[in-house]
Amino acid sequence: MLGSRAVAGLTSPHSVDHYLEQLHPMLTVSLVRARVVDVIHETARASTVVLRPNGAWAGFLPGQHVQFGVEVDGTRRVRCFSVASSQARRDGMFSVSVKAHPDGYVSQFLHRHLRPKTIVYLSQAEGEFVLPAPVPDDLLLLSGGSGITPVMSMLRTLRDTGHRGRVTFLHYARSRQDEMFADELDEIAAAMPRTRIVRVYTREPADGVEPAGRFSAGHLDNLGIEPAGTLTYVCGPAGLISTVREVYDRLGAADMLRAEYFKVPSVDVDAADATGTLTFDDSGVSAGNDGSTILRQAEAAGLTPAYGCRMGVCNTCAVKKNHGAVRHVISGEVGANTDETIKICVNVPVGDVSVAL
Amino acid sequence: MTYEELERFGDELDGVRQRVLDDLGQADADYIRRVIKVQRAFEVLGRVGLFFPFYWPVFVAGIAFLALSKILENMEIGHNVMHGQYDWMNDPMVDGKRYEWDIVAPAQDWKHGHNYIHHTYTNIHGMDRDIGYNLLRIDDGQPWYPSHRFNLPIAFMLMLVFEWGVMYHGVELDEYLAGKMSKEEFQARKRRAFRKIRRQLFKDYLLYPALALPLVPFTSWWVPLAVLGGNVIANVIRNIWAFNVIFCGHFPADVQTFAKQDAENETRGQWYLRQLLGSANISGSRLFHVMTGNLSHQIEHHLFPDIPARRYPEVAHDVRRLVEKYGLQYNTGRLSKQLLSVARQLATLSVKPDDPYLVGNSPESKALRRAQRERQRAQ
Repeated sequence: MLGSRAVAGLTSPHSVDHYLEQLHPMLTVSLVRARVVDVIHETARASTVVLRPNGAWAGFLPGQHVQFGVEVDGTRRVRCFSVASSQARRDGMFSVSVKAHPDGYVSQFLHRHLRPKTIVYLSQAEGEFVLPAPVPDDLLLLSGGSGITPVMSMLRTLRDTGHRGRVTFLHYARSRQDEMFADELDEIAAAMPRTRIVRVYTREPADGVEPAGRFSAGHLDNLGIEPAGTLTYVCGPAGLISTVREVYDRLGAADMLRAEYFKVPSVDVDAADATGTLTFDDSGVSAGNDGSTILRQAEAAGLTPAYGCRMGVCNTCAVKKNHGAVRHVISGEVGANTDETIKICVNVPVGDVSVAL
Repeated sequence: MTYEELERFGDELDGVRQRVLDDLGQADADYIRRVIKVQRAFEVLGRVGLFFPFYWPVFVAGIAFLALSKILENMEIGHNVMHGQYDWMNDPMVDGKRYEWDIVAPAQDWKHGHNYIHHTYTNIHGMDRDIGYNLLRIDDGQPWYPSHRFNLPIAFMLMLVFEWGVMYHGVELDEYLAGKMSKEEFQARKRRAFRKIRRQLFKDYLLYPALALPLVPFTSWWVPLAVLGGNVIANVIRNIWAFNVIFCGHFPADVQTFAKQDAENETRGQWYLRQLLGSANISGSRLFHVMTGNLSHQIEHHLFPDIPARRYPEVAHDVRRLVEKYGLQYNTGRLSKQLLSVARQLATLSVKPDDPYLVGNSPESKALRRAQRERQRAQ
């Protein structure tokens, strides 16, 4: 009823949520909010945040991610995190697991400062990196580092739904201390007879354990996996994904591979020269950053973004910056927030930047 | 003032701006959210109060609360949010791009005319469409037409229907007729305006009165009409207030206007100076400043249109210090003084000027305009 057009007419031009959230921030019809129930420290550098979403949450499929916003000093900082929990969880809660990246403002904040009862701002779950229905018999879930989270969600869901197929869970971590969910993976290995849990520790390999070292085609042979007949999900750093992709291409199994990168913003804010690529997400155009303002670079790339004063006054050219860092030409200040609004007439890209243009 | 001094003045203002930007944080976020909370509460109280027309104190309080709510929404929230003052919060509720306000003028077109044209080309004849809104003669550089004899009564009428004036101004019919805007662009503006008008009228004058229909059997047949009337009055109160605040911002006698050539190839210091000389403040209490959306600090707003308005009072100290240091003019005064100045301007300038070139339809003036058009075409 609250979402109906009649009510929208009464609150126009604002949305119903703009009134409801004045009563309580969790009381919204279409804006997803969640309360932090628990913050579990998985390793010295990784945490799991357990969330109870409000009624606006439409659920998720294992492998999907959410835009996760947390307010610090009055600014909402947004990052993309994979859902890690099982879809079959019955208490309505879900969790994201996050590795505290040394430069990652939000992941550090989550790991060190986030407390239960905090309200966080979410998007609906999004992403195509999901299991098909029905789940095929042979499945390989391959991950490296914190890329474990989306495939962990898949594995937990398969466990909870009593999946009987042959699942191989192959994970690369630096050491057992660096590995999230280590104990739970041991439990799953014991509880799911047809599921093989294989952990490869690249820095501290256990004696006599095969496979060892970084991923290679040999690892698949070692585990007796036939890529052409095994639907494979891979998530992790770009290096791992490109190696897996090469192997699958070579074996003619490219169509069995589903991959998802996680983006780690690496920004050299002191770089004197213009570096990186400027990507205009909406138009699918990208260009080498030439160090001029984003507005000029967009125009040079043939786009016609809206602009006004071209001096940072009128806000006509404001757009969402999706990823990367920008430097304000007047103040020199560098902003590296994901999903923040910038005026493209007075901001130059620092390294790789993508904007909603 | 030398050019070097002027550039130092600009640099110092840049410094003031940066100090505020560096200091933005939780307190600013809390402030705008508190204002929004109070505004929503006033709106709900107002709308509920209007359903009790048979008990006049509640009804009158309802009108007052709804008017207050609309004033806050338009001025301290809408106007300021749409300048992008709170974009740094990254909160969709106060996102300058997405915000739509409770007034018949659609946000998009208002932002073009106001944020871009008015704030960039402040008080430049032929560029800032806010000078007299092509309706009033408020500056002695404007040509005089016979309709300007009625400057004062026209201004009074405009005051009552100000939100419609703002909407009409945003459609930019004059720009279209002058051939400066494409037909498609003009049609799009018209469509947006009509859609917004429909929604605003539907809500205030149809939906809420209709909600009072179930009360009719228990009270009287005129209750829905009273709800409608209450909405009209609240909107008109908001119009009167907004009109007065805005007219005091640029139209008192001491405010300066500029010619196009004054503003060509401006440096940052020159731009700041034009903003300073082209605006006027209204002094008053803290509550008064909030109710004007801090547009009572019009000078500070024009110098720094995109920093949160609650910072203007503190910024004003720095600005006044710099204005004294460089021996510049700072136009401020009480509401009554500024209003009187505006009214006197309107009255004085309604008289036909002696200079035939300033009489808009005199042969001299027409020839002058023709020559100007030809010069532009030749360029």
